[in-house]
Amino acid sequence: MRRNGMNTFGFLKSDRRLLRAEPDFRPMARLLQVNWFYVLLVCVLAGVGYIALYSAGGGSAKPFAGPQMVRFGFGLVMMIAVSLVSPRILRMASVPIYLLSVTLLALVLRMGHVGKGAERWINLAGMQFQPSEFAKIGLVLMLATWFHRIGNERMGNPLRLIPPALLTLLPVLLVLKEPNLGTATIIGVIGATMFFAAGMRLWQILLLVAPLPFMGKLIYSHLHDYQKARIDTFLHPEHDPLGAGYNIIQSKIALGSGGMWGEGYLHGSQGQLNFLPEKQTDFIFTMIGEEWGFVGGIAVITLLGTLVMGGMLIAIRSRNQFGRLLGLGIAMDFFLYCAVNLSMVMGAIPVGGVPLPLISYGGSAMLTMMFGFGLLMSAWVHRNERDPGEDEDEDD
Amino acid sequence: MFSRNNPFRSRIRQKRQAEPVRSGRGVFTRRALLVMAVQAGVLGVLGRRLYTLQVVDGGHLRQLAERNRTSKRLLAPVRGTIHDRFGVALADNKVSWRALLMPEETTDIPAVIERFSQIVPLDEHDRARIERDLRHVHKYVPVTLHEFLSWDDMARIELNAPSLPGVLVDVGSTRLYPFRDLTAHIVGYVAPPNEEDVAKDTTLSLPGMRVGRAGIEQTQEAVLRGEPGSVEMEVNAVGRVIGEIDRVEGQQGEDVRLTLDSVLQQQVLSRLEDRVASAVVMDCRNGEVMAMVSTPSFDPSLFDSGVSHAQWNEWANDPRTPLVDKAVSGLYPPGSTFKPAVALAALKSGSVTAQDRFNCPGYYDLGGVRFHCWNRWGHGLINMREGLKYSCDVYFYEVARRCGMDPIQAVGNAMGLGVKLGIELPHVRSGVIPTPEWRQKHGFHWNGGDTVNAGIGQGFVQVTPLALATYVSRIASGRDVQPHLLRATNDQMSAMASVDDVAKVDLPPEYLDVVRGGMFAVVNDPHGTAPKARLDLPGIQMAGKTGSAQVRRVSRALRESGHFNSMNLPWEYRPHALFICFAPYDNPKYAVSVVVEHGNAGADEAAPLAKLIMTDTLLRDPASDVRPLAPSVAQTPSPVADGTAPAPTAPVLSAPAPAAPPEQTDPGAAQ
Repeated sequence: MRRNGMNTFGFLKSDRRLLRAEPDFRPMARLLQVNWFYVLLVCVLAGVGYIALYSAGGGSAKPFAGPQMVRFGFGLVMMIAVSLVSPRILRMASVPIYLLSVTLLALVLRMGHVGKGAERWINLAGMQFQPSEFAKIGLVLMLATWFHRIGNERMGNPLRLIPPALLTLLPVLLVLKEPNLGTATIIGVIGATMFFAAGMRLWQILLLVAPLPFMGKLIYSHLHDYQKARIDTFLHPEHDPLGAGYNIIQSKIALGSGGMWGEGYLHGSQGQLNFLPEKQTDFIFTMIGEEWGFVGGIAVITLLGTLVMGGMLIAIRSRNQFGRLLGLGIAMDFFLYCAVNLSMVMGAIPVGGVPLPLISYGGSAMLTMMFGFGLLMSAWVHRNERDPGEDEDEDD
Repeated sequence: MFSRNNPFRSRIRQKRQAEPVRSGRGVFTRRALLVMAVQAGVLGVLGRRLYTLQVVDGGHLRQLAERNRTSKRLLAPVRGTIHDRFGVALADNKVSWRALLMPEETTDIPAVIERFSQIVPLDEHDRARIERDLRHVHKYVPVTLHEFLSWDDMARIELNAPSLPGVLVDVGSTRLYPFRDLTAHIVGYVAPPNEEDVAKDTTLSLPGMRVGRAGIEQTQEAVLRGEPGSVEMEVNAVGRVIGEIDRVEGQQGEDVRLTLDSVLQQQVLSRLEDRVASAVVMDCRNGEVMAMVSTPSFDPSLFDSGVSHAQWNEWANDPRTPLVDKAVSGLYPPGSTFKPAVALAALKSGSVTAQDRFNCPGYYDLGGVRFHCWNRWGHGLINMREGLKYSCDVYFYEVARRCGMDPIQAVGNAMGLGVKLGIELPHVRSGVIPTPEWRQKHGFHWNGGDTVNAGIGQGFVQVTPLALATYVSRIASGRDVQPHLLRATNDQMSAMASVDDVAKVDLPPEYLDVVRGGMFAVVNDPHGTAPKARLDLPGIQMAGKTGSAQVRRVSRALRESGHFNSMNLPWEYRPHALFICFAPYDNPKYAVSVVVEHGNAGADEAAPLAKLIMTDTLLRDPASDVRPLAPSVAQTPSPVADGTAPAPTAPVLSAPAPAAPPEQTDPGAAQ
């Protein structure tokens, strides 16, 4: 087992070996390396968002669609810029980014605004910001860096897994304390998936998974009342049709009224008449389903699935552990956003304030997601940087 | 835990050692593909669920969506009005204004209510109701602040509209009873529906809807109410109206025409003055109730807006029971007015003939108990006609004993006594004609004394004034007339133009003639019990029967002391005074029954009243051109409009009949 001059807490030392292995530094050349097809897909998704928000605004770019597109413009530029950043720099930046995100989480607990009893916001230079979104990216970067450093063969050592486990638990607990159960779960699942993909041994996984059912019970008993109510409402929405069950019922009604072909753009009665709650944010998919029908809804799901699968393929194509895990983490983040939001609007899981990425109206979710896509694209652009010992004969 | 001899751990170790040193990419690819499979599976499940929601369950959910989008608002129908037989409105609708508060249109509801109360005072009751309503309704459903605004209040509210956001004035209708207490018992009243009503029929939750709570308003509710119309409107999620989709005009409530004559009703009321009494005037040929008065009465319009507790308690605790319609709900022993029925029963059963004579020594001994006649010196040997004329108790003790209770009940029921009458009023009581079986059913033994007591209408016999009027109508016309208040429409009237269409009562006419003759003698024979009731109209005679119903036994000691005079009793222990009559004798048209609670003697109290009422009725008969005999009588029915009647003291009336007994009570109850 090679230690590579690095102990458990010494991974901050720069990776000179890799720095040497990177011969050229030509931005324009790397710009050509960007996967423009994937960028196009992202733009198409944002376009769907624009169309939906235009309808949510009652057939007007104001107040949702216009500002959202401005943000997307910023986000797109940021994405391209981040995609050109070298993984070495990203690895170096991962620790400060992680620490910053955790600090913001701790800060928001002390002084953030509580909206609707769930989401915590913080004011950054006049801009509303949700640190829990940022924390996901920070954790993905941090874990990718960590697992990259220890390499696959050292994954068998349980002691090596304790620090990243703690690094995962810290933001999860902080977000849970907000309290935002949905996002905390998403962060936890992203972390677990990265552990899994990084080559965690099967016996380790079994050892961790076995006690989970008992954990579930323990967690439920510690849930806040409103969180329990949410789960109960989800199980029996009709008990309180005008109260907490309203969102789920109205969402289902609107989807059902869309039928196969939809009621037509700008003609969805439930959305246009404001029966749909939060139609421009969490329930934007319901509006799409009502106006465009099952055909439109399944098209959007297909588009989202294509972006997820594309992200996963980018991760697989990378020849270095950092790029692989970074890509997987971002794709997983995007996937979980979509899956949780879609399940939520279709009444399959309890409602939990998770937007549909790039479509729902909202600044911090859009910008962090675009930052994440930038990281993913960086993994693609630098996919051919090899870890030392990466099989030379394996094609890319 | 991780010791080397752990077989699980050692197997992993071997496997790892078998792998190439750097297999990170291979492991990642395999596991990433597994993750992708899971992701694709989840997205597939979501797509499948979307299909279920949108396509499979779509139809059902679309209906829910339609219900969401549209709001059906009901339009309150106008309640039908109630008229008397000449078309005079007894219950009408009046435009009224009410102030509503739209909670969603104001931010500071308490402040608005406070400012509103400075314009229109709100009492504690109102405030509590408003608070309750505000808690219970959605914020886009208007809450009634104040009903029945005056024109001035309405104008002041409109003027101050800028400082009263959310307050709006709505036009509604109020029930108006122009005759107030005059027809209160018959017409009844309406009141706002209670929660039970609304649960049965949700259209009643409409603002301004009323439910009949008494009288015709209650029994004809289905006719009067009408069908609410509806407007289907497109609304948004907060219930604000976007547009109108469909409108269905409702059905207005139908008008109801009664057989009542409001002028005659007024005359009867003025005759009764402030007595606690009831009187029924019936057309004895067809059973139309032309006047039915129960005093004291109440003001029905107070119920529309809700009666105050004080007012309610006053009515409920009044021993004179103003809320009870005594004409249909008051039960009285018929006293001697029951004797014609006993006579008919005896004739029909064959136990007695009209010519049979019985001796009245002033008392009657049965099984060791002595029953008294009202006349302590007795009436001698008398037949049925004389028995009725003198209202001899002993004669009817003997008749009842010979006849038995079963024929009496059968004939009584056939005449409308002790049976449920089909008049269109609620709370109609049927009364009782007791039989030994009936008594046994209540767990008591029937003895012979009960039969003879029933023979003079005392004991357990109980009837209503309306039943008495029906009974005398059937005697007079020989027809099985049914009392009713609803006047047939013109179509129906032509279909049953003749009195012959009404079925005859199941009694031979000669028996009825005997009884009618006896009743004629009561009024027109100088030795009859009610010569005071003789009509002062040319060529028209009245037949009648007095009755005095004891409400308390007269003790033997008191009777034998010789100083007994029921007038000396406290009011509530005095006997009820009853009188039934019909006229004209040779061609009966009208029947009247009068019951004066604790009026002491039928002959003194009820008979003169009945005479005045019958005179009023005959004078209003459009088919006859009767003129009163004495000019003084002509004045008596006149004061209708102002409702103040002069004392009915026509000289002819006050002259006592020469042979009238000094005391006209019927103190004939058992011992």
